[in-house]
Amino acid sequence: MKVKEKCIVISQDCIAKDIYSLWLKTDKIAAQARPGQFVSVYCNDGGHLLPRPISLCEINQEKGTLRLVYRVVGKGTEMFAALKAGDSVEVLGPLGNGFPMEEAEGKRVFLIGGGIGVPPMLETAKQLKGEPVLVMGYRDELFLTDEMKKAGELVIATEDGSAGTKGNVLDAIRENDLKADMIFACGPKPMLRALKAYGLENNIPCYVSMEERMACGVGACLGCVCQSTEVDDHSQVKNKRVCKDGPVFLSTEVEL
Amino acid sequence: MIDTRVNIAGVELKNPVMTASGTFGSGMEYSEFVDLSRLGGVVTKGVADVPWPGNPTPRVAETTGGMLNAIGLQNPGIDVFCKRDIPFLKQHDTKIMVNVCGHSTEEYLRVVERLASEPVDLLEINISCPNVKEGGIAFGQDPKAVETITREVKKVAAQPVVMKLSPNVTDITVMARAAEAGGADAVSLINTLTGMKIDVERQTFALANKTGGMSGPAVKPVAVRMVYQVAQSVNIPIIGMGGIATAEDALEFILAGATAVSVGTANFFNPYATVEIAEGIENYMKRHNIEKLTDLIGAVH
Ligand SMILES: Cc1cc2nc3c(=O)[nH]c(=O)nc-3n(C[C@H](O)[C@H](O)[C@H](O)COP(=O)(O)OP(=O)(O)OC[C@H]3O[C@@H](n4cnc5c(N)ncnc54)[C@H](O)[C@@H]3O)c2cc1C
Ligand SMILES: Cc1cc2nc3c(=O)[nH]c(=O)nc-3n(C[C@H](O)[C@H](O)[C@H](O)COP(=O)(O)O)c2cc1C
Ligand code: FES
Repeated sequence: MKVKEKCIVISQDCIAKDIYSLWLKTDKIAAQARPGQFVSVYCNDGGHLLPRPISLCEINQEKGTLRLVYRVVGKGTEMFAALKAGDSVEVLGPLGNGFPMEEAEGKRVFLIGGGIGVPPMLETAKQLKGEPVLVMGYRDELFLTDEMKKAGELVIATEDGSAGTKGNVLDAIRENDLKADMIFACGPKPMLRALKAYGLENNIPCYVSMEERMACGVGACLGCVCQSTEVDDHSQVKNKRVCKDGPVFLSTEVEL
Repeated sequence: MIDTRVNIAGVELKNPVMTASGTFGSGMEYSEFVDLSRLGGVVTKGVADVPWPGNPTPRVAETTGGMLNAIGLQNPGIDVFCKRDIPFLKQHDTKIMVNVCGHSTEEYLRVVERLASEPVDLLEINISCPNVKEGGIAFGQDPKAVETITREVKKVAAQPVVMKLSPNVTDITVMARAAEAGGADAVSLINTLTGMKIDVERQTFALANKTGGMSGPAVKPVAVRMVYQVAQSVNIPIIGMGGIATAEDALEFILAGATAVSVGTANFFNPYATVEIAEGIENYMKRHNIEKLTDLIGAVH
């Protein structure tokens, strides 16, 4: 069951320029959370009312803790960056469907993250009952790579060539001659679009985690829809709710 | 004994707290957070005769103390709505008000006729949506059009008719009187205020639709003023809304003349808001030794 609760900040660190790692103690959310799901984080100032959706980077069900890794891009994330151990923050979750972990069992799976799409791939890699091949694309500065290495085979692409393959995640896949049975991906739309095409070419299923502006985060307001290729059962039009039907979709279900 | 019951055109609500159309779906999603049977009523998302795809995204944007939306009345159409959403709501001990939208009088009437044989309690006719090109607000900004559509709807409606008014007019009391003249059983207000936000970094509109409807706490003073003015001008009940997030907010509307209230945007930042407001109103009544909620309606004038 989804809940909104006051979470206590356990720790917060800046792990790269403008990238923060926040560990939260939750009462109920962590215990039910799955890889690829997200939470809505709220600002407490009364002026910024809409939730900020942030993916789960790590989930510790025993301890009831969650790790969020986010980039400071605006007012909300700026406020979150100021949180210190012992502070509290309102969080709604767990939200969305998450990656289809059962379908990946026993398979070799590309876990592909681009930019701020990297964080959710960490917990996905840790829980995957198969063979994760992590392909992470960065602009320049790396983050979460130590943790990623522990979770599986890791290749890196950077736009400036400062680490790994110079180029994007597909360049890294080709340069390292990598193969897999399916794809789980999170990142900017152009990357997801390219991976959808790659999946079709290689005849492997590709699951993508989508992003859209949200208001309710639970499927009620229809603010966050993406276009679907077929008429959706809930909406009766070619629209799916990213917050409720997603954020993870089979790439062929959605227009990219 | 505290009596929180209120009456809208013969329909008794157990308490004055309803949901605002479009913010609460048909209750399914928020029933994970609140017991719908604790609410006076659930007001559904606007429904049309056929499915509507709505507007392109981004459809929502944050503003200080509020938000803009341009959903464009995406809805699954009346057939699926009757098969799926009404049976869901019927499992709860709450009143059902169906919000109806259309591009033309005929489209409104088709939905209202279809609902005549359905177990719903009230109809809310949305003549005030700022986010669709035809219909919607076009009906809500001309008193003659308001009166005519109200009269047409009343002819075919089996349930009491609540006309939902737009605040995007020079004088909302003119529209309220037009609805009353057309035979409306009640009015609800306010719908969203048309607004705009520009993303200065990208130098574009924040919403794909360019304009959107503003809602949330920031609009509340405007909404309270309008409810008060309408309460002074008509003799039919008013359902008040616009920025209600707490019991105190709801009580402001009731004291200004609203018989019931709808909670919208607040659900987005507090999914428990509706029930907390219902409880808060009871606590207020205890604190002030008020036995009947109806004694508070329009008490400030
Ligand atoms: C399912 C999902 C998972 C996400 N996971 C992460 C993550 O793990 N780490 C991370 O850094 N970011 C993530 N994002 C993006 C993150 O939500 C935005 O960067 C954040 O909301 C920006 O808030 P702000 O107040 O700093 O920016 P502002 O620009 O001030 O925000 C204004 C409004 O726009 C919304 N908004 C702005 N950018 C986005 C965006 N890209 N997507 C959705 N809403 C946005 C905000 O929520 C807010 O309501 C995710 C987005 C989605 C939809
Ligand atoms: C996302 C969203 C969708 C809405 N959809 C509808 C709708 O379908 N029909 C309608 O009559 N009003 C709709 N409204 C208006 C609300 O019902 C309400 O009149 C308005 O938001 C003011 O109340 P609030 O400030 O509590 O949200 C919508 C509002 C929002 C924020
Ligand atoms: S944010 Fe409301 S439906 Fe997705």
